[in-house]
Amino acid sequence: MARPAQHTPVEPAVAKPHDITQSLLYLNGVTVSFDGFRAINELSLELAPGEMRAIIGPNGAGKTTMMDIITGKTRPDVGEVLFDRGTIDLATKDEAAIAQLGIGRKFQKPTVFENHTVEDNVLLALKADRTVRGNLFWRPSGDAQRIAETLETIGLSAHRQRLAGSLSHGQKQWLEIGMLIAQDPKLLLVDEPVAGMSDAETMTTAELLKDIAKDHTLIVVEHDMEFVRRLGVKVTVLHEGSVLAEGSIDEVSANERVVEVYLGR
Amino acid sequence: MIARKLIEAPDGRGRIFLAILAAAAVLVPCLNLALPPSSALHVPTSAVALWGKYLCYALLALSLDLVWGYCGILSLGHGAFFALGGYAMGMYLMRQIGTRGVYAHPILPDFMVFLNWNELPFFWWGFHWFAYAALMILAVPGALAFVFGWFAFRSRVTGVYLSIITQALTFALMLGFFRNNLGFGGNNGLTDFKDILGFNVQAQATRATLFALSAVALILGYLIAQAVVRSKAGKVLIAIRDAESRTRFIGYRVENYKTFVFTLSAAMAAVAGALYVPQVGIINPSEFAPANSIEYVIWVAVGGRGTLVGAALGAVLVNFAKTTFTTGFLAPYWLFALGALFVLVTIFLPRGILGLIPTTRASAAPNGAAAAGPAAQPAE
Repeated sequence: MARPAQHTPVEPAVAKPHDITQSLLYLNGVTVSFDGFRAINELSLELAPGEMRAIIGPNGAGKTTMMDIITGKTRPDVGEVLFDRGTIDLATKDEAAIAQLGIGRKFQKPTVFENHTVEDNVLLALKADRTVRGNLFWRPSGDAQRIAETLETIGLSAHRQRLAGSLSHGQKQWLEIGMLIAQDPKLLLVDEPVAGMSDAETMTTAELLKDIAKDHTLIVVEHDMEFVRRLGVKVTVLHEGSVLAEGSIDEVSANERVVEVYLGR
Repeated sequence: MIARKLIEAPDGRGRIFLAILAAAAVLVPCLNLALPPSSALHVPTSAVALWGKYLCYALLALSLDLVWGYCGILSLGHGAFFALGGYAMGMYLMRQIGTRGVYAHPILPDFMVFLNWNELPFFWWGFHWFAYAALMILAVPGALAFVFGWFAFRSRVTGVYLSIITQALTFALMLGFFRNNLGFGGNNGLTDFKDILGFNVQAQATRATLFALSAVALILGYLIAQAVVRSKAGKVLIAIRDAESRTRFIGYRVENYKTFVFTLSAAMAAVAGALYVPQVGIINPSEFAPANSIEYVIWVAVGGRGTLVGAALGAVLVNFAKTTFTTGFLAPYWLFALGALFVLVTIFLPRGILGLIPTTRASAAPNGAAAAGPAAQPAE
């Protein structure tokens, strides 16, 4: 497998500011192997505060594994995973701790709490005390307002009393995005938000994410190129566990190696 | 504030359940003690003892439903906590025998004299005080559940693996308690009780009181369990049951919630065991048998998992059927009947007997299962 070293953006318009203190998320030389298979191979990535980044790549490129590493589900074998201007080492923390630090994640397959109502789903996600004691003696205080705002944003206000399990696939995706917003995270990881959505739903979702990006930092993983184009943000192409190219959607889709990887040789 | 939480209006079936229990707690002892045996309304003492036992089973089933129905922890070892609570009560009762034992030893229970022991082992110290015994009834099973939960849930042991180690836990305890030199009466267990708090355990009035106390314990257990499942923490428990890793990614420490509810449930099971022992007059290692713990799960499944009331109902119904079928010509077929019951309920009544009764409140039921149907039931 002859492959160039990690940083080979075709058009490095601006040299990356290799300054940890400027980045919300900083991955450096991260490698993870499963039974000898390198799912992530010396991956390096930086995300500035306030940025929205799209990540694309063929199946098995390591997109989901990368999210697992950031959210504490998988520990890196080697490499640095730093958060919040390099002040926090994510590699030493577990899922709950990372979530409490302000990293929210939406899964590829929509997972909402099916036996809870839509509003209870949002309530559980709201940024609040997560301890057993605090929640045993919990009293609603100002939560209704925040829940209503969130439901307004994702357009599910009319469905607040319905069980989440009875929502359509697209509505579940939105509810999960709503749960992300409710957590008020510093960084949102959104895995395939439009998988299985109709065209109209896809467009709505793109607008929703652009809206969220106004005051949040996001990483969006997606297969749908049309959707990524509509987001209009910097794109990182992953391939075999490392960065193949980075740039605007037009730049990366003009990249020979990207075309090769996507269309076969 | 806590008190207000506890008495927050239960739903329709909860109110009926509490009303029946409260009425039984008052009426049954009255009808037993105040009316002559010749009266048509007289409740025989044997029935009082039998139904008192059912109420203890109902509390045990309730405790199991709290962990299984609401948090997805299928404990196949809840008999261990029930039996430990029973043993703690049994130790108190043994110390009350005093010189009335066969060997008339003022301090040592008969079985220790028989084993030629000269002094009371340290873990029997203090059990002649009821308050100490009452503390141990809660503390020992609670501590065991806490330590077990701490390790199991922190290591993320879930599903069938967790069920298997809970079985192993109760099996190991059974083997231990069978040994004479562990100091709990070995094979024979603890029996031949005389007094409880100065009252003769065999006396009619004592039995009636124990019945009433069992009903009160069940009422309190229900109110506590209901307060937990209705709180926001209860919503977190259901979230854990249905999508554990999602709950973790929102920032909840799943292991803490599981350890909490498992420990609370173990303490409730222990109280049930402690009330059970003076009413049946014996506690022995067979209470730890793995098969017992599996039977408790059947009670909950039959009554309706994740409903609290259903668990209690299931325990009473199955045990009433057991009493009926194991006396008389049907006796050899009881286990077949129990097995068939479990299979039939699983296939035809996935939400148990209580699932047949529509919920009175149209808005989302707190357990959420009402409108979801069998497909939404977690398969753990």
